[in-house]
Amino acid sequence: MNSVSQLDQVKTGPWSGGRSPWSVEYGKIMMWFFLLSDAFTFSSLLIYYGAQRFSKLVWPAPDKVFQSVPGLMEHGAPLVFVGLMTFILIMSSVTMVLAVEAGHRRAKNEVIGWMVATIVGGLMFLGCQAIEWTHLFNEGFGWGEIPSPEELKQFFNGPVSLVAAQQFANLFFTITGFHGFHVFTGVLINIIVLVMTINGTFERRGHYLMVEKVGLYWHFVDLVWVFVFTFFYLV
Amino acid sequence: MSEQTHTSADHKAEDHSGLSKGKIWKVFGILLLITVIEFIIALWAIPNGHMTQHIGNYIYIALTLLKAFYIVAYFMHLKFEKLGLQLALTISFIFIVYFIVLMLIEGGHLNSYMINH
Repeated sequence: MNSVSQLDQVKTGPWSGGRSPWSVEYGKIMMWFFLLSDAFTFSSLLIYYGAQRFSKLVWPAPDKVFQSVPGLMEHGAPLVFVGLMTFILIMSSVTMVLAVEAGHRRAKNEVIGWMVATIVGGLMFLGCQAIEWTHLFNEGFGWGEIPSPEELKQFFNGPVSLVAAQQFANLFFTITGFHGFHVFTGVLINIIVLVMTINGTFERRGHYLMVEKVGLYWHFVDLVWVFVFTFFYLV
Repeated sequence: MSEQTHTSADHKAEDHSGLSKGKIWKVFGILLLITVIEFIIALWAIPNGHMTQHIGNYIYIALTLLKAFYIVAYFMHLKFEKLGLQLALTISFIFIVYFIVLMLIEGGHLNSYMINH
């Protein structure tokens, strides 16, 4: 008797059914878990890079490899250009989060403005990366390609290691390439969401959750760049 | 369609202290400040001998993790999500930490025992 009445009681705990325990929409949870898996992929690439660096006695010095501002200075400006790239990406992350904020208020025109700014930031970053890659190609670096031992001297503090230079070149292009591919797809998805916003799809739907989801992806791309920047350009 | 309206109503009801514009710019300021500190270390402190590269590296990594925290917590809004989601997403990184330790020990071993490479 007693037990039956207990069974009849309505349970109200978050995991008792009838409601979303995390109160996060399905697509957003899936985006989070996709980003988690993507974080694992990027981590394995960066960890392999770390293992290679630890195993070598010498490694190309970032201050010497990345010391030009294309079009302005060929030498003597370490980190300046990559600093600009970092600033552009952080800035576009801010405009993205402002688009999300405008989406909460369902302010269609503000969402459009901030999304356009984010897309422009993403394209600027990709342009900078293209310039950076071209510069390194011209110096003789590439997948499976390094400058001659004589030319390599200028990139090392002390003795030159051909294996280290090759590992550096391969990993630099692979990891920044994989990151750049994420930026590229992020720009594409941003453009799609922008078109949907302009068409009023989200206004009819009653919420701008899609902007939040693409925002999560965009911030993740920024997050990965923070790590790439540290481990390739600073350490 | 009705399902979507339901979701939006749910979302609105249980949502959330969305970031105000002021807070967004404050987080941006923090991220920029951390990056500027990294540049000061890289361009002034280490070249002028105020800090060794070794100590600088530890500071870089600490500052990077701090930046990652601000991006994930505020921009990606994780700080304002339910504890369950926070734990699901962060505890998984135990595997990454394990992998880092594993591979760096391996790399260090190769450094000591395969000098010819």
